[in-house]
Amino acid sequence: MMEKGLHDIENLTREDLELVLQTSDTFLEICTRKVKKIPTLRGKTICLFFIEPSTRTRISFEIAAKRMSADVINFTASTSSLQKGESLTDTVKTIMAMGVDLFVLRHSAPGSSRKVEQVAGVPVINGGDGPHAHPTQAMLDLYTIYRHKKKFQDLKVAIIGDIFHSRVARSNIFSLTKMGVDVTLCGPPTLIPKEIEKLGVRVTYSVEDACRNADVIMCLRMQLERQQSGLFPSMREYIQLFRIDDRRFALAKDDAIIMHPGPMNRGIEITPEIAYHPRSVIEEQVTNGVAVRMALFYLLLGRGNEEITD
Amino acid sequence: MKKLLIKNARVLSPEDGIDEILDIVIRDRKIEKIGKRLTGDETMDMAGLVVCPGFIDMHVHLREPGYEEKETVYTGTKAGLRGGFIALACMANTKPVADNRATLEFILNQNQKAGFLKLYPIGAVTKGQKGEELAEIADIYAAGAVAISDDGKGINSCAIMRRALEYNKMFHGPLIVHAEEQTLAKDGMMNEGLVASLLGFHGIPREAEDVIVARDLELIASTDSSVHFAHVSTLRSTALIREAKKKGLPVSAEVTPHHLLLTDTAVKSFDTNTKVNPPLRTLNDIEALCEGLRDGTIDAIASDHAPHTFEDKDCEYSFAPFGISGVETSVPLMLTYIVKKGVLTLGDFVRKVSVNPAKILHLPLGTIREGTEANLTVLDLEASGEVDPEIFLSKGRNTPFKGWKYTGRAVYAIVDGRVNKIG
Ligand SMILES: [Zn+2]
Repeated sequence: MMEKGLHDIENLTREDLELVLQTSDTFLEICTRKVKKIPTLRGKTICLFFIEPSTRTRISFEIAAKRMSADVINFTASTSSLQKGESLTDTVKTIMAMGVDLFVLRHSAPGSSRKVEQVAGVPVINGGDGPHAHPTQAMLDLYTIYRHKKKFQDLKVAIIGDIFHSRVARSNIFSLTKMGVDVTLCGPPTLIPKEIEKLGVRVTYSVEDACRNADVIMCLRMQLERQQSGLFPSMREYIQLFRIDDRRFALAKDDAIIMHPGPMNRGIEITPEIAYHPRSVIEEQVTNGVAVRMALFYLLLGRGNEEITD
Repeated sequence: MKKLLIKNARVLSPEDGIDEILDIVIRDRKIEKIGKRLTGDETMDMAGLVVCPGFIDMHVHLREPGYEEKETVYTGTKAGLRGGFIALACMANTKPVADNRATLEFILNQNQKAGFLKLYPIGAVTKGQKGEELAEIADIYAAGAVAISDDGKGINSCAIMRRALEYNKMFHGPLIVHAEEQTLAKDGMMNEGLVASLLGFHGIPREAEDVIVARDLELIASTDSSVHFAHVSTLRSTALIREAKKKGLPVSAEVTPHHLLLTDTAVKSFDTNTKVNPPLRTLNDIEALCEGLRDGTIDAIASDHAPHTFEDKDCEYSFAPFGISGVETSVPLMLTYIVKKGVLTLGDFVRKVSVNPAKILHLPLGTIREGTEANLTVLDLEASGEVDPEIFLSKGRNTPFKGWKYTGRAVYAIVDGRVNKIG
């Protein structure tokens, strides 16, 4: 699997995902040690190439890389500077000339991680390419669900909010359906991508319907600037129709967990009580994110290098 | 004057009811005689080849003036000749826009200097193609335009469109419609549907095309003015045009090779050469377009040749410009994947690339007759090869057809009696 890089979930198999889950267990254990450092990636250089700002994702990758003793370089640029004259190709060539073994790319344009890999000739991990894909987020979500539910078969997962603009939703749809999970999408029809049911998911516009008997409720971040584009009439109306509160959460199974990829708009997609509910696993997702990213670095770059636990 | 004798060719001219092995004598630019066992001063044995009325690509972008790094009249017409065409009609979205006499005369002048083939410029409908005020349409025709079009952009205002249709009735050319409702197409990168949903792209829905076709058909019914729909891409707009033709409305339409041969799944590669406007659609649409070609709903095949530089396309999909460099691949791809696959007979194909474009643009072409100028395309239906953008004569090497195999291509383009061998 992932001989080259990690661009999306769509092209992975169930076995690929299972391998990531297993490997993540090892690295989660390392993350609980007193000295959280292993030499697996000593001498390797990882470039965190962030064309679109994202502090949380970048830090998670950076910690994962450093715990494995890789050298990390941060390259940040704005999409607008790239759009004006300076091409992605030229920038990548420049960085490659300095010697990089792996890129983590965050970019606003779908497909850009493949483009970088073509130019660079080294593996690229897609750290989010516009609304297209966010495979590491989907893997850490899958891992978090697995740690709580210990299975995927017959699980019901509801994904709620702005599906249209969400790379998290897209990648989760693929990872969950590949594992046999029953996925329901819920949001206003203007935020549901066209023909998405063809992927074998259910679509509902009723949040109550989506929450009923769910094992997992996954809220998506509402990007507040989208409100401007008129895809729904007002935040007030959105909250009334789709926010997860006590009443709606109570419709889910008794042991249901609540997830959110962060950063949260508290009070918009989720009430504070639910965000901090005992069955909220939002913080755990962040912790697991580091372990999963370590696992991915290992699978792409560190295998055969050294024993991982020495 | 020397007589050039073309011997033993299969002469195929649907408009003249000819499809047999004949000889043709060309003298002083003109076809002097068509018959059997003719004689001449110089003989070209064309046994095994098909002589057709000269092919016309009625929809190309030559980029000059303004974008000479993408293409010039010189390189674009040279590429057109290589593609087997004896005439091209070029769109007005140059810089400045061809909405005035000076620009049109410049384009014609550049073609005279290049001297490869016949070029028929199309002028803009509105000033600067902004869709706001009518351009000086009379002056545009006086300068040599054969039609008007804001191609590249849709005309969103119903009032402007209606006025343009009314005004254009004074002239001999059609208004060529780029059917795209701009508020629906806005931000769109590809066809709206499952593939766009997977890739996270804003889609360009079929309705962006369909509503404009429906609107314009209503408008021509009331104004009795003729339109030609460029690059039809959807099932529904094909059906609307079919219905309008049944009612006898003055409508014609064209389709491009890429809309016939590729679906939106090609975009999964994120190859920026698959980015076109209108976007690649689905198999359902392709079937409808093929049916439209067969039953005459769609009159013409045109490449919508849209060359871009390597740098223009060497970027993220979202930032790439729309367009395929198509004038050199159109004929071989259509002969292979439309004629050989049985969608069209060779005779019907000749109608789509010669007879009908000539009629739509009122050009004195599309026939093989004694006394007319010798404008002919000669095909070798057995010549095979594969698409290689590295050898394009166009400056634009932006093609999603790289490596596609073909059997059949043009081997001569005869322009006003001058024979050009196509290598
Ligand atoms: Zn065009």
